[in-house]
Amino acid sequence: MSDIATRDIPVKAAAETTRSLFERDPKIKARWNAEGRFRAYGIGAISIGLMFLVVLLVTIIGNGLPAFTQTYVHLNIELKASKLDPKGNRNPDDMAKVMTFGYNPLIEQALEEDLAKAGIETDMKASALRKLLSSSVASQVRDYVLSHPGEVGKTVSFEVLASGRVDGYLKGRVTREALAQDKNLDAAHLDIVDTLVKKGIVERRFNLDFILGADASDSRPESAGIGVSMLGSLFMMLVVLVLSLPIGVAASIYLEEFAAKNWFTDLIEVNISNLAAVPSIVFGILGLAAFIQFANLPQSAPLVGGLVLTLMTLPTIIIATRASLKAVPPSIRDAALGVGASKMQAVFHHVLPLAMPGILTGTIIGLAQALGETAPLLLIGMVGFIASNPPTDLVAGFLHPNSAMPAQIYEWAKRADPAYYERAWGGIIILLVFLAIMNIVAVILRRRFERRW
Amino acid sequence: MEARATDQAIANADHEVIKIEARGVDVYYGEAHAIKGVDIDIAEKTVTSFIGPSGCGKSTFLRAINRMNDTIDSCRVTGTIKLDGEDIYDRRVDPVQLRARVGMVFQKPNPFPKSIFDNVSYGPKIHGMVRGKDEMDELVQDSLRRAGLWDEVKDRLAQPGTGLSGGQQQRLCIARAIATKPEVLLMDEPCSALDPIATAIIEELIDELRENFTICIVTHSMQQAARVSQKTAFFHLGKLIEEGATEEIFTNPRDKKTQDYITGRIG
Amino acid sequence: MLLPAVVVVVLLIAAFGFVLGRQRAIAGAGGDISKLHSLPNYYGFNVAIMALLPAFLLLVVWLVVQPMIIESQIVGQIQERTVESYGTRGLAFSEVRRLADGLDIAVERGAMSAEQADSVRTELTDIRNRLGEVGVALGSNVSADILYVAQHYRVLNAAASMARTIAVLALALAGAAYGLWQARPDFRARIAVERTSLGLLISAASLAILTTIGIALSLIFNTVEFFRIYPMQDFLFGLVWQPSFTSDTLSPLGIVPLLWGTLYISFIALLVAVPIGLFAAVYLSEYASSGVRAVAKPLLEVLAGIPTIVYGLFALLTVGPLLVNVFGKGGALGVDWMQGGTAVITAGLVMGIMLIPFVSSLADDIINAVPQAMRDGSLGLGATQSETVRKVILPAALPGIVGAILLAASRAIGETMIVVLGAGAAGRLSLNPFDAMTTVTAKIVSQLTGDADFTSPVALVAFALGMTLFIFTLGLNVLALYIVRKYREQYE
Repeated sequence: MSDIATRDIPVKAAAETTRSLFERDPKIKARWNAEGRFRAYGIGAISIGLMFLVVLLVTIIGNGLPAFTQTYVHLNIELKASKLDPKGNRNPDDMAKVMTFGYNPLIEQALEEDLAKAGIETDMKASALRKLLSSSVASQVRDYVLSHPGEVGKTVSFEVLASGRVDGYLKGRVTREALAQDKNLDAAHLDIVDTLVKKGIVERRFNLDFILGADASDSRPESAGIGVSMLGSLFMMLVVLVLSLPIGVAASIYLEEFAAKNWFTDLIEVNISNLAAVPSIVFGILGLAAFIQFANLPQSAPLVGGLVLTLMTLPTIIIATRASLKAVPPSIRDAALGVGASKMQAVFHHVLPLAMPGILTGTIIGLAQALGETAPLLLIGMVGFIASNPPTDLVAGFLHPNSAMPAQIYEWAKRADPAYYERAWGGIIILLVFLAIMNIVAVILRRRFERRW
Repeated sequence: MEARATDQAIANADHEVIKIEARGVDVYYGEAHAIKGVDIDIAEKTVTSFIGPSGCGKSTFLRAINRMNDTIDSCRVTGTIKLDGEDIYDRRVDPVQLRARVGMVFQKPNPFPKSIFDNVSYGPKIHGMVRGKDEMDELVQDSLRRAGLWDEVKDRLAQPGTGLSGGQQQRLCIARAIATKPEVLLMDEPCSALDPIATAIIEELIDELRENFTICIVTHSMQQAARVSQKTAFFHLGKLIEEGATEEIFTNPRDKKTQDYITGRIG
Repeated sequence: MLLPAVVVVVLLIAAFGFVLGRQRAIAGAGGDISKLHSLPNYYGFNVAIMALLPAFLLLVVWLVVQPMIIESQIVGQIQERTVESYGTRGLAFSEVRRLADGLDIAVERGAMSAEQADSVRTELTDIRNRLGEVGVALGSNVSADILYVAQHYRVLNAAASMARTIAVLALALAGAAYGLWQARPDFRARIAVERTSLGLLISAASLAILTTIGIALSLIFNTVEFFRIYPMQDFLFGLVWQPSFTSDTLSPLGIVPLLWGTLYISFIALLVAVPIGLFAAVYLSEYASSGVRAVAKPLLEVLAGIPTIVYGLFALLTVGPLLVNVFGKGGALGVDWMQGGTAVITAGLVMGIMLIPFVSSLADDIINAVPQAMRDGSLGLGATQSETVRKVILPAALPGIVGAILLAASRAIGETMIVVLGAGAAGRLSLNPFDAMTTVTAKIVSQLTGDADFTSPVALVAFALGMTLFIFTLGLNVLALYIVRKYREQYE
């Protein structure tokens, strides 16, 4: 009761009636509750953020890991000389006249025979059975024959890709119910697959071709790989590195060490900080208009992609470089100037080497950012079914149309066959591995060379 | 003024009431032992100044009195500090409640980036001390008057407190501290950022506030300690070397270190 | 001579010049280096710079100007009749170029001799098949006119390239000679070299301005082009977005539905990101122990390092279907609000997740900029931690936080991949967050990656959209950066 009395005459009361410190003020409970709630909001916010991270990573790994394995069929194909080498001279040039179409009957026959050997009886036609296999099998066998002309006439054991649907069935992506509306495969096929798996003829194993291979057309998700677009990314990153590191460092040195405080310097500063926040797609528009429309550089070329990403990355690198130049204490400059070095010598001989670890860290982080960027690449045409052949030489690597990892992932995400979704997730795993490595290197570099002045 | 202060001190000494009683207080910052076994009694309605060379622990000890050290993660306090006979480090004590009774004024004036009125009403508002606007107006006016700032700011209570001059800002902070009706006012070098005129005004204010509050002031300036305080405690390397009536300490220190400090040989 | 060869020769001239310049300076001083004004290397560098810089500048200018001049010469030679069959002169010219490039490749691969390439006639040879054999695909059959012009184009190009090679090499040699002439002991070589270096540093820094100008020009030119064939008020105030790539009549290209979609999605994204990001920042800077902070902060920032394509895929393949399972027909809630996975809410939610670390690290910086004295002042008065945060720190940090939110809004408006994959394709003016809508950025992508030719309104509109986006985000950025800078100055 005394509490209420106290509150009735609050102004004087608080000062004059001394309450024991051990007694709780009645209002304090509500205040501590509010404190607890507030703290809980904070913990909640962080937990939600971390939960999103976990969900994201689990989704990526769960959906993407299957892309690294692929279903293969062991097939003994008789390479009939009558079909493959009509002239009978084993000359690869002549044999090349037999297109993949001519190989299909051999494959169908081999499939039928191997099924029979395995004791599987089916009333399915050979052409229907063919749907168990990828349509890329014919060109695989043809390539083999053309490079080993001597094998013609023998029966050779091949390991060929199963079709995307069969692969999906073994990975749990394709269900029997879903096949009801599917023209490509029906439940009878799956029964055969089940038996083949038991016999060890159909096998799912690690698929290096996903990491190193080229993109494939819409109908052959099972043979699509990210390797060629990885090369595209690599060539782009080379362009970015070669251009943005020297230009970024030069710009930072000027702004940090030489620039007078005037309107021109202010203009540069304002431009840099704004460019850092300009949406990446705007850089894509710039690339399209300036490099492709105006300068007539080849469309879809990693060189152009690299140029666009350079412009986009420069602000990041400049900001990081300036920070590390700023961290070098003025006493170093004074010492160099004091022994008669010119300002330029002081900067290049003393300040720059000390700032180098910080600059490299910033550059790596900038590169990582550029590596994951997609939107500008779409505008300069680095998307679509273009990462289908690896570049033949260095010049081609820079100038011939190619995709890049993130653009390839986007391309796969747009395709109709869900088998491509799995590949998109798998591609993300590879992309994230690259990004993680780059960031870890940056962190190590920073830890290792971090200097406290 | 000095004479008057001395008289008061002697008068107080006769029927002195102990407001704060510290026994065996140790403060650690992580591994560093900042305060070593301090015992001191602080008298009610008296100004006690803590003096000593920088880094001697006087501010740390001051902050221990209203548990401001709790806000530093690595800081640990042992021993007892009793306020009116109750240990403030007791488990049952709520530091928030304690700080309402033991207010603090800091080295640099730190008004909140709010209006003058909101600065002063902040404490009473969070502690739920007033009901209604009229009471709050009255309390704010009263606090500003006691801090000797009312006449200067009464026409611009809605303007930001950060717009005042340094000395005014510090008086605003004092007004803000006394608005929660504390019993003890801790001042951590309140004049170190101020010019001599502003310093003189604050010193005068401290002398007036002594009527209602128990004041502990950390100061670097021995002259200031002599001018405003009745009691003085001298700290050195985390230890309390000597304490007593200001007059005594300055004229007739018992300890050699105190003497060295006062005569300017250490500092 | 091929371009890379020219570059290599110029570099060689510079390298020789370096050695010679160095030697000449030392010889001039009679072998006594101390008589030189600068270190011998500087004399060498000066020669190298004199050889390289003017030659490369000329080369760059030439590379830009040559195609323009040749194009202006060639375009006029195409007959009206041919132009009509291609639609515009520009398209006819690109066919000319394609054909000329094809002939180049054919010569390079040995399918034709150089003379053949210059002399073939459509009457005698099926050029299309011939080029097809060496892997050069031409769109349509080659008309005699186009072939004639293409051959002329090749001749002009070859002549210009020859002239370019000669001019560049001559300039490099002349520069080196001048540098050598300069290399006498009293020449202040270091100062000359440093002046050039400073010039290079300044040009590197000016690239930022050039980039901005480049962006502005590419947007302005094409936007003006667009408004020449499409009325501006219809674009700015049109409520319907229905581009048709096939019809000849102007299809409705109103930006309003796209802006609405953009703002709606950004709003939802901020609704997710701002509270979570702010509370996370407050917790990390005011409550968390240094151990928790050291773990949680970098982990949250991992979210910021994940490329947006990943979020796009997450929206399209995970969040979209999940939301349909909850809000769609036969979903967990038994309501039928959501027709498909791509919707405003899908894109907004995922974008919000992406922005959480962006908001939290900006807010973290800003909260940390509030001086410790403010916290002490409030805690010293007996405020609890949360009271201090809510009543002192957040109000003090408010301008900075507003700036951070504006920056986040600008990020949301400019974000592309999430909306391309997660938001939908149709422009729609609706309040229902479960509807599919589209955004400015998504439409820039779809208009420019389609098959439309770059001179048609349905493609050019992308530049007008880009212009709008650029102005919007630029305004937000300038405002936000200004606010944040003012805020920081206040506490510095």
